[in-house]
Amino acid sequence: MDYTPQEIMVAAAAREIRDGEIVFTGMRLPLIAFALAKQMHAPNAVGLFECGLVRDTPAPELLYTMGDPPNIAGALWATRMINMMGLLQRGAVDLGFIGGAEMDRFGNLNTSYLGNPESPKTKLPGSGGAADIASLSRRFVVIMAHEKRRLVERVDYITSPGFGDGQGWRKRVGLRHGGPSAIITTLCVFGFESSIGEAVLRSYHPGQSVASVRAETGWDLRVAEDVHETASPTAEELTIIRRYDPQGFWTR
Amino acid sequence: MSKIMTMRDAVARFVPHGSSVVMGAALESLIPFAAGHEIIRRQKRDLTLIGPISDILFDQLIGAGCVRKVIAAWVGNVSAGLGHNYRRACEQGIPHRLEVIDHSNFTISLALLAGGLGAPYIPTYSLLGTDIPRTNPGFRQSLSPFGGEKILLVPSLQPDVAILHVQRSDENGNAHAWGNLGISEEAALASQRIIIVAEEIVLHQIIVSDPNRVIAPSFKVCAVVREPGGAHPSPVQGYYNRDHEYYHEYHRLTRTVEGNAEWLGQWVAEVKDRAGYLQKLGKERRQGLQLKEHRYAAPVDYGY
Repeated sequence: MDYTPQEIMVAAAAREIRDGEIVFTGMRLPLIAFALAKQMHAPNAVGLFECGLVRDTPAPELLYTMGDPPNIAGALWATRMINMMGLLQRGAVDLGFIGGAEMDRFGNLNTSYLGNPESPKTKLPGSGGAADIASLSRRFVVIMAHEKRRLVERVDYITSPGFGDGQGWRKRVGLRHGGPSAIITTLCVFGFESSIGEAVLRSYHPGQSVASVRAETGWDLRVAEDVHETASPTAEELTIIRRYDPQGFWTR
Repeated sequence: MSKIMTMRDAVARFVPHGSSVVMGAALESLIPFAAGHEIIRRQKRDLTLIGPISDILFDQLIGAGCVRKVIAAWVGNVSAGLGHNYRRACEQGIPHRLEVIDHSNFTISLALLAGGLGAPYIPTYSLLGTDIPRTNPGFRQSLSPFGGEKILLVPSLQPDVAILHVQRSDENGNAHAWGNLGISEEAALASQRIIIVAEEIVLHQIIVSDPNRVIAPSFKVCAVVREPGGAHPSPVQGYYNRDHEYYHEYHRLTRTVEGNAEWLGQWVAEVKDRAGYLQKLGKERRQGLQLKEHRYAAPVDYGY
């Protein structure tokens, strides 16, 4: 069955959500991943949206932003952002999703400045809530496009903290828990080896290989012993994704 | 005493050059675009914009040359990508250089919460180890005097004015807002004064029939502007939906300096006010944003 890179990313992201978890749902693809997980294997997951919303059902139609009216109608709670952030800092959030423009082998993300912040080559939009999710959630998952210029040895600027320069860094700087647990790209899925805090290739998407992922990765790639092909989205998953995003706004 | 005035008067009187202004406090909804466009038409200069994500409103004000400083967590176009004007200002100084004070959504909330509490700062565990304190000189790293753990101190912010778009208000600025509120309450309490922009002006009795839904104390409100459609293209729950395509058109057109000038001309300079903007938008497009169904809340009983 044919599907797009975005569709396999949504399916992979949904599988990162465990039933009953409290999930900080980011922008774009994770909005669909949450809807998919709810209908597949995680009917008891609860979604938190930083604009100030809590839902236990997916929004009835496609969201372009988390503040769209269908996300508010039928919400469990519509409130202030600080309450969402308080839940996060208090340790109530199991999993958060964030996107990235530039990432390094330790899962540090830059969405702020390429080049020197004083006179940046490229000014990116900034943190939004991503730095908070990366700092304070129990674990987080990154979703991003896979290109050599984006997956770099060291990011220019840490907007959202991964494992810093390796094992022990988060504790040393004062972060109490958390860190990245997976990175889902257009080519593959990375996991993290907790003893070294470094990304390890877990699976490559159908049509890719260890070699093709290595060619597009800007650091010396570590590969898991049991590396395998990412499971394709099932027909049922694709049906749900396409019912939710019929025009393919986010997924085509 | 009625505080009702036109948007033109509200901006002229309460948003002087050099003001610090909070807008877009609810995040992707209830964005006071009509107020922002009037600020552009009045050619306000040297503003400090304060907000969490702002969607495209901050990008528009930056591109129009109104802004000297941005204190925010994110500036861009939520459903379409980067903000071209923000990029041009930061990378090339077009139309001029910007001072950027970086925050996250949590720390901007804490800064305004502290401002509203009259507290000097609030500590957090967020952003430890990140580079954000490098580009926000106000932050201080410290140790908790209680447990000795590392903390980040977020200094308070007290903006000059918060501009809030709401569903309805009475003529004194007792205003109801519903849906997610983002940092609207923190912004209102932290600011010296509040401008309320409302879809509808309703009787005082309607507001006090449901005091839990009031967004801020009206004694801080300096102006009330009736501006139906004033949040377009952002949505207003119960009034109209988000005009997604508008954000994409903006993204395409503002890719170049010339395109941005064209956009500003078409949608801001050449329309007199919000009524003119809505007329330009056209009846058909406005109809497409109308509610598909009503979803009324059950009434609550404040009886005693």
